[in-house]
Amino acid sequence: MTKKQSIIRRGPLEYSKIKWLKYFSVVFFIVLYAPIINLIIFSFNDSRLNIVWRGFTIKYYVKALQNETLILSFINSLSIAFISTMISTLIGLSAAICLWKFNFRLKTYYDLSLLVPIIIPEICMGVAMLIFFNSVHWPVFTIWPLNLSEIIIAHISFSFPFVVIIIRARLGNLNKSLIEASKDLGATEWITFRYVIFPFIKPALIASSLLTFILSLDDFIITFFTSGPNNITLPVKIYSMVRFGVSPEINAASTILIMIVIISTVLIIKFLNYEKDLK
Amino acid sequence: MDSWKVKKKFFTFSIIPGFAWIMVFFFLPLAFVWIMSFGEKSNIIDVVITGTLDNYTRAFDRVYFKVLAHSFLISLITTFICLIISLPIAFLISFSSRRIKTFLMILIILPFWTNLLIRTYSLIAILRTEGHVNKILEFLWIKINNVLLFLGIYDGQLTPNEFIPLNLLYNNFSVIFGLVYIYIPFMIIPIYVVLDKFDKSYIEASLDLGAGQIKTLFKIIIPLIYPGIISGVLLVLIPCLGSFVTPDLLGGSNSQMIGNVIERQFKSANDWPFGAALSFLLIYITIGLILIHSLFSKKIVEEKIL
Repeated sequence: MTKKQSIIRRGPLEYSKIKWLKYFSVVFFIVLYAPIINLIIFSFNDSRLNIVWRGFTIKYYVKALQNETLILSFINSLSIAFISTMISTLIGLSAAICLWKFNFRLKTYYDLSLLVPIIIPEICMGVAMLIFFNSVHWPVFTIWPLNLSEIIIAHISFSFPFVVIIIRARLGNLNKSLIEASKDLGATEWITFRYVIFPFIKPALIASSLLTFILSLDDFIITFFTSGPNNITLPVKIYSMVRFGVSPEINAASTILIMIVIISTVLIIKFLNYEKDLK
Repeated sequence: MDSWKVKKKFFTFSIIPGFAWIMVFFFLPLAFVWIMSFGEKSNIIDVVITGTLDNYTRAFDRVYFKVLAHSFLISLITTFICLIISLPIAFLISFSSRRIKTFLMILIILPFWTNLLIRTYSLIAILRTEGHVNKILEFLWIKINNVLLFLGIYDGQLTPNEFIPLNLLYNNFSVIFGLVYIYIPFMIIPIYVVLDKFDKSYIEASLDLGAGQIKTLFKIIIPLIYPGIISGVLLVLIPCLGSFVTPDLLGGSNSQMIGNVIERQFKSANDWPFGAALSFLLIYITIGLILIHSLFSKKIVEEKIL
């Protein structure tokens, strides 16, 4: 390899121009994306076996839309995601403001305890929820959305700490003199929150609730342990389908889920960029 | 920052939702698991808490100890491979121009938010016997054979007559491949964050003073981005140890991990106390790893001050 020549041609810090590094990362991104792109392409493939391309069709989407349990699980997933997002955003917001505004003796411990749900392996949390709901004899509801209460509660437990982290990071950038000014001018706590704090943290609030939405929609392991036979979600349904082998119907259902997540991700990035503009 | 005594009402109102939730719906369930791990099955449904340690000693029986050791080995190999791949990728991203940087970071984050189950499933179509990797290999095999035939070298003895597809699925290889595929963003992101902040003139200085690229890498860059590497290692190692979907869908009977054993206790074997004990073992391991991490980072801070 003509290492010396290449060093002369590029500046000492222009590592992005090293050839092997470039090729390596191209291969890396191809390997990272090929399976998912393959999955999306083959959801339009006109063949049950899903091995060779046999022409374009949307019949597996139609089939997926006619599958009643699949639709039901999808509606369950969306309901769980909506409700748990709303509740965890509210809880996360209040906790973030409390931790930002006040000093108290056990603050460090409270702070640390909020990190535990994020750190421990998901399967442990799933097991904990299963044992908990069984031991307290959690009532079985039949009315929507109470029939999903176990899953919703589990989802809030793992997602509201994320809301706290994101909103606190944003509150850390808030200029305290703005709040002092508002109070000097006679505003109450509520008025200050409504007209000073809330507009400032709004982008972070939206981004964190979208993140919570994705986390809830995507979660498989914790839901797998908390869901019963009558309240399955889309990922749990996909899992039971995968156990029977590869099929274009799974590809179609997965593609729908992927698309929702991608749209939400684009929205999050947009809101976080908006945050940058404010600075 | 106010003391809580100044606005008692506001403080109570704002602390209660989060605190109550995490206590009732997170730490209380964990306490239930902990208590159950000292229990015994009295009949099919009931569990009696007897304070026995049998569930923990059973975890170190030969069969289960093997699974435990296997999980550790698989996770360590996965973490190591992730590290080897992530370093150059994070390096390239942090030295790219601003626009490309954002674009590449989005490319890294996007699969990270795609469902873990779907990503694992998508690998089956790639790795199975009639999957794409084997298709490409077969194609290459036929081409090479044709060339050999054309050149007159090939006499049908050199290679087997028919292409034998490789077994890429349902073994340890596929489990490690799947875990690396799923958890690699957890390694790239922390390394990238540290690399991005760090003062690039150190590298320049080192190169100016006559150190080669490799010497600079090991003597300057790696020691300085060490905290990022350590958090990346933890962020990959912990979920790998507890993983259950990947070994379940991609692994064979010999590549079961601790997560599969836990799942079986709750879903089919119906031995909840043993499953609870295994889960707590996993939690202890996690806490242990984090304690080691905090000790290390303290040491680093002290060294820097001195």
